Amino acid sequence: MTTCFKTTVFGAAAAAMLALAAPASAQEVGACLITKTDINPFFVKMKEGATAKAAELGVNLSTYAGRVDGDHETQVQAIETCIASGAKGILITASDTKAIVPVVQQARDAGLLVIALDTPLEPIDAADATFATDNFKAGELIGQWAAATLGDEAANAKIALLDLTPSAPSVDVLRDQGFLKGFGVDIKDENRIGDEDDARIVGHDVTNGNEEGGRTAMENLLQKDPDINVVYTINEPAAAGAYETLRAFGKTDGVLIVSVDGGCPGVENVKEGIIGATSQQYPLLMAALGIEAIAKYAESGELPKPTEGLDFFDTGVTLITDMPVDGVESIDSAEGLEKCWG
Amino acid sequence: MSEAAGTRPKKQDFENTLDMSDRTVAAFEGNEKNALDRLQHFLHGNPTMVPVIVLLVSVIAFGFVAGSNFFSAFNLSLIMQQVSIIGILAAAQSLVILTAGIDLSVGAIMVLMSVVTGNLAVSMGVPAPLAVGAGMAGGTLAGMMNGLLVTRFKLPPFIVTLGTWNIFFALTLWLSGAQSIRSQDIDATAPLLKFFGQSFRIGGAQFTYGSILMVLIFAVLWYMLNRTAWGRHVYAIGDDKEAAELSGIRTNRTLLSVYALAGLVCGIAAWASIGRVGSVSPQSFQEANLQSITAVVIGGISLFGGRGSIIGPLIGALIVGVFNSGLRLAGVDVLWQVFAIGWLTIIAVGIDQWIRKLSS
Repeated sequence: MTTCFKTTVFGAAAAAMLALAAPASAQEVGACLITKTDINPFFVKMKEGATAKAAELGVNLSTYAGRVDGDHETQVQAIETCIASGAKGILITASDTKAIVPVVQQARDAGLLVIALDTPLEPIDAADATFATDNFKAGELIGQWAAATLGDEAANAKIALLDLTPSAPSVDVLRDQGFLKGFGVDIKDENRIGDEDDARIVGHDVTNGNEEGGRTAMENLLQKDPDINVVYTINEPAAAGAYETLRAFGKTDGVLIVSVDGGCPGVENVKEGIIGATSQQYPLLMAALGIEAIAKYAESGELPKPTEGLDFFDTGVTLITDMPVDGVESIDSAEGLEKCWG
Repeated sequence: MSEAAGTRPKKQDFENTLDMSDRTVAAFEGNEKNALDRLQHFLHGNPTMVPVIVLLVSVIAFGFVAGSNFFSAFNLSLIMQQVSIIGILAAAQSLVILTAGIDLSVGAIMVLMSVVTGNLAVSMGVPAPLAVGAGMAGGTLAGMMNGLLVTRFKLPPFIVTLGTWNIFFALTLWLSGAQSIRSQDIDATAPLLKFFGQSFRIGGAQFTYGSILMVLIFAVLWYMLNRTAWGRHVYAIGDDKEAAELSGIRTNRTLLSVYALAGLVCGIAAWASIGRVGSVSPQSFQEANLQSITAVVIGGISLFGGRGSIIGPLIGALIVGVFNSGLRLAGVDVLWQVFAIGWLTIIAVGIDQWIRKLSS
């Protein structure tokens, strides 16, 4: 029985390896997509967008992902594999934006086009180009919306900020600080979360960007001050968790929740009035544009150019709300649902 | 040595020194050399007392530091809600650790089974009780898989569960597409899934059914471990597997049942977690396996097996909850909470080693 079991396992493993080793034809342009994880729908969608575009343009795409957010080593190995495979370009959302730079340089020296998606490298020009959401602007939009919705009451707001992780990566800082600036808070150092002394801020807590973290963080901040009426969340799963807490505490009325992402479940929540407004970003577009840029580079050697006035290519961000306010451009949830991802 | 009163009129010269010699009966070395030794003996006999003392002291200390917000009945009951899921997983983890094993896959089994339950009930329209049952059955099967690999193939539990952790994680991604099932969709189709999120109030305190479930699970396991032959076998295997085998315990069978039961408890945790989180979230509880081990260790169960009370991890989970809540309310940065829990874990193991010196 044991032998039989072993044979089956090895047979299956061998078959799987054969399936993975489909050889690339010499004429095809090769490209690699390296994302942070496969557990975040944002990156899953990014992969879908890249795969669809690659099939359309006849690009041979290989995809890699870290096991968890912050898994740097796997990304380094992926770049090395990519260089060895003779690919023309790499699209990467780096887990460790500083540490990845030397191996990115190796790839560029080997003649590959490296494009950072979603997360800029540090320094940003370590990649040939960056296609990303303007996360500061994404935060600013929901901040402006919340301030305008409250009107004069904004001066007495009690704000809870549900951030990402204790290590505060750039996206965490940009959204948090963008929101506060949009709301009209003096943010002091815009590279630092939590150095503000505005009395309207009740506190910060981290959520790991998921529902469980959002729920616990909201519970903790409500214990600090039960009168919180503005809740900023790093993403929509955290917002959903925060709402569960408000429901359990019987405080859903009169509390504004704002968020960033624009995933389909999040936009559904905007439609149902659970989230007041969210800034939608476009991972499918990011990835598709990236693949196009690699195809163009392979054909003519042309490098992608950044958006004017920025040091990266802005793939756009749109405010979604069913309660539009003057002075902040937005679309409604119905339109948002057509453009949502995941 | 009693005195020979009056039977002999006069002592011999050499007998004069007898009065100065030790007159106690030959005995084992006394326990009561100093307070520290007494404490060591007391703790050796009552291993759960360390976490109980830490819990009481920390609750009182944070009551002073973090103020009345912390010490309210509502906040204390909230801490219980917050630790309920990790607490239940710690119960499953304790069973395995008592056998001198370790289960790195508890969190992964739970998340996988919550996704299975959610997919069946919400996406596929299976009646909710069946979906919940499927989650528990699936959890038991997953635990049995761990158990079979440990007992039949003689693989170390660490390696087996490291492997199945990855396997269950991958299956979770595959089944869920990394996508959450929304709270509102669960309410509309299968509210039973959120049963353990409901709550009732006693005075200012708010208890969810999930917190009650956690306490019940610990009570049932306490009974099984302390009042049944099976429970004594579990401790015997953890203490010395070969001796247990030689004394006639069917060790492999008992071990298999331990892993299967741990899997079942994870399946129950899956149901409870949907109530706690509100949605079915494949991204939540990524560190639950390590957090459950932390609770077990702080709760005074020895990682070497066979020693410690199942009630310890319940206290251990509460200690972690009290520290997190207290530090947050005191306005301490998140990274210092992580720092504090790290030290707590190391100190807990240090105390365990110190107490164990007595038995060796």
